[in-house]
Amino acid sequence: MLQKEGAVRIPSGCAITGFISRDGRRITGADAIKSIAVMHDRSNGLGGGFAGYGIYPEYKELYAFHLFFNNNSAREETERFLNEHFDIVNLSRIPTRQVKSITNEPLIWRYFVNPLPTRLAASQLDETEFVTKCVININTTINGAYVFSSGKNMGVFKAVGFPEDVGKFYRLDDYAGYSWTAHGRYPTNTPGWWGGAHPFALLDYTIVHNGEISSYDANRRYIEMFGYKCTLLTDTEVITYIFDFLHRRRNLSLTEIADVIASPFWTTIDAKPTAERERLYYLRNTFASLLITGPFSIILGYSGGLMALNDRLKLRSMVTAEKDDMFFIASEECAIREICPDATGIRAPRGGEAVIAELNEEGRRKCL
Amino acid sequence: MSVNYIPATFAVLRDTDRCIKCRACERQCSNEVHYYDADFDKMFVHEEQCVDCQRCVTICPTNALKITENPNSFRKASNYSQQLILENYRQAATGAVLLSSMGNPQDFPVYWDKMLINASQVTNPSIDPLREPMETKVFLGKKHTHITRNPDGTIDMSEQSPQLELKYPIMFSAMSYGSISYNAHESLARAATELGTFYNTGEGGLHQDFYQYKTNTIVQVASGRFGVSKDYLDAGAAIEIKMGQGAKPGIGGHLPGKKVSDDVSKTRMIPKGTDAISPAPHHDIYSIEDLRQLIFSLKEATDYKKPVIVKIAAVHNVAAIASGIARSGADILVIDGFRGGTGAAPTRIRDNVGIPIELALASVDQRLRDEQIRNEISIVAAGSIRSSSDAVKAFALGADALYIATPALLAIGCHLCRSCHGAKCNWGIATQRPDLVKRLNPDIAYKRLVNLVRAWDHEIKEMMGGMGINSLEALKGNRLMLRGIGLSDKELQILGIMHAGE
Ligand code: SF4
Ligand code: SF4
Repeated sequence: MLQKEGAVRIPSGCAITGFISRDGRRITGADAIKSIAVMHDRSNGLGGGFAGYGIYPEYKELYAFHLFFNNNSAREETERFLNEHFDIVNLSRIPTRQVKSITNEPLIWRYFVNPLPTRLAASQLDETEFVTKCVININTTINGAYVFSSGKNMGVFKAVGFPEDVGKFYRLDDYAGYSWTAHGRYPTNTPGWWGGAHPFALLDYTIVHNGEISSYDANRRYIEMFGYKCTLLTDTEVITYIFDFLHRRRNLSLTEIADVIASPFWTTIDAKPTAERERLYYLRNTFASLLITGPFSIILGYSGGLMALNDRLKLRSMVTAEKDDMFFIASEECAIREICPDATGIRAPRGGEAVIAELNEEGRRKCL
Repeated sequence: MSVNYIPATFAVLRDTDRCIKCRACERQCSNEVHYYDADFDKMFVHEEQCVDCQRCVTICPTNALKITENPNSFRKASNYSQQLILENYRQAATGAVLLSSMGNPQDFPVYWDKMLINASQVTNPSIDPLREPMETKVFLGKKHTHITRNPDGTIDMSEQSPQLELKYPIMFSAMSYGSISYNAHESLARAATELGTFYNTGEGGLHQDFYQYKTNTIVQVASGRFGVSKDYLDAGAAIEIKMGQGAKPGIGGHLPGKKVSDDVSKTRMIPKGTDAISPAPHHDIYSIEDLRQLIFSLKEATDYKKPVIVKIAAVHNVAAIASGIARSGADILVIDGFRGGTGAAPTRIRDNVGIPIELALASVDQRLRDEQIRNEISIVAAGSIRSSSDAVKAFALGADALYIATPALLAIGCHLCRSCHGAKCNWGIATQRPDLVKRLNPDIAYKRLVNLVRAWDHEIKEMMGGMGINSLEALKGNRLMLRGIGLSDKELQILGIMHAGE
């Protein structure tokens, strides 16, 4: 019998793309679909997904939970749990349209929620930690329920299928946001489970990733010490947790995180001036087990920005480009040209070099 | 009385057509096996004294010698081996405890040989260590993950615990001066210095001549406290408290008086010619809180500048002990498996007490993770790491670095005759007899040690590259890289690995 994602580790190749309007202009999901569709051959129809930021301005103070349910009883159980821990401001099915190639869909629901102040105070946790715990709780204890998006003013949309079909299915042309990322998956095995598609998300962190990391189990066994549970056994899941741990819980900056997970080689570090050398030694040594090896190219999405990062040997393709306030990242240049034929400054970032594009002041004012 | 007759374990075969009666074997054999009889103009043997150290075989100019098992044998029985029968004879004759040396030779499972290593292909490229950088540098010590910042936003690094930097992830395990010779110690010290790793003084103190290698020395404090002084503690890059040894859990060190020469007596601060028997427990440590006090006394004595290592033997409740040690202020934990070597140990203890390092390492690493304190202490695995592939498997199970001793001795001439306790090592290693010690040339021996570690390192990198891993950090605890072969569910569960084919 074929095992479900999480019971077995499934390697995959992939395509990724992402862009941001630094002025905070809202762009529809259609562009993300167009961009990822060009790289059709990098996926095999077994997983596609998108993350859009700034798509729920009317609810931007609320956590937007997107959930898959296998059946109504899982939904009812989850809603009981949500009611106990959150104030549910709005709930609805996520609108979809029929697409021939997308079948076997679960129930797909969206909840805009706010932690109940009494529950939050009783938990003695800060708000993000409370929400994280609740999400992990639902995903690991309620059979047939899976939270696949849990940030504010952002959302993940994913399914088993080619990414362009997934985009159509979720009517992404109806959403507009200041940044988008997209993913097409090429697993070597049949996962057949929607939760296993990418992006993977926790709070407002999302990861789309192309690669197969060789450090997986070293990273997993380390991060699980800090309360995370890697239930999907995918690279993307563990990388998301690493970002959450280092960024939200340890307050490292994104470039410092790049120095941990795609650290320069010791010989490179040794050649740096003293202060920089000591800093890099400290980061690499303190979080030694979070070094990620093997090929990867990732785009991290977060409120207000995107970060692109390659493994330190650059074993996966990834290029960036710009045009006016737009910044683009993709596995292949064609994915950028497709939506912006006259993009300039096409560049392949070096292995381990963090490339960050964020909303400018005007963008922040408009969107955050 | 004939009942006291112990037949020779080995047969010395001399090809008389080849032998030119040069008598080199006679001069070289400290066990006085060979002798020349002028009346017969012939070489004879006291076969029963032979320990199969292969010294005569290697120096015979005409290749006339072979040492083999004695083909004469008692009636075979699985239950009563010839060795067991002889041991009972010996004890009936002497009333004494049986002594042995080197690692447990009994037929217990070797889990290293039941684990297989992964390699990547297609979805994940392998990496060629000849063309791409490949890193095996390691830091040992506590890794606090809480970040504090200076007012200017930079990371405050002043609270870091002391770290040991190892250019190669392999160190030379504790072997005391006394159990091994001056020349052997010098070879280890010089090799560790050249390699950028560490050797360990063992519990016999540190000879004055070797204080010059202090940056690469780990000084050991054991229950006998031999040679421990303020200068001695200062001379180490780290201090190791020996709570136990894999070869003889539950008892202390044992140095036969024959090995306590002038120099050894001075270094150990004990009278010449007396047996140096360390107490079984530390007499100031009767529980974990006492250990904590010793750790902090040593830290206090050295200004909190040096990591403190605690070495324990792999025994049944090793995981619980390890977790106690991780919470007691120690920076590094050494787990020594039951097949680890020794210069002298009671045979019954060496052969029957303790558990394999593979299982101990796996369960300690997992326990410390379950208790969320794995980053609070580094783990060094010891006790029969025999090759670079054992090393790779140990890293994948969760070791931060390794100690080797038997392979190091092999590098400098040991032939594993397991007679170190006899103090007559023909290779100049486990002896203090000056005529034997001088057979070991440190100028050559240290280079062979350096070669050995570099060769292993190269092979480790080769295997890491095959897995698509280019830094040791990413191999550590990466159990997905291992599969068991021919193991039961329970064994797989303890090792935390899947079976081959899964
Ligand atoms: S060393 Fe060889 S040749 Fe010389 S006496 Fe011994 S056996 Fe004969
Ligand atoms: S050190 Fe010497 S006595 Fe001990 S096993 Fe090796 S060769 Fe034999």
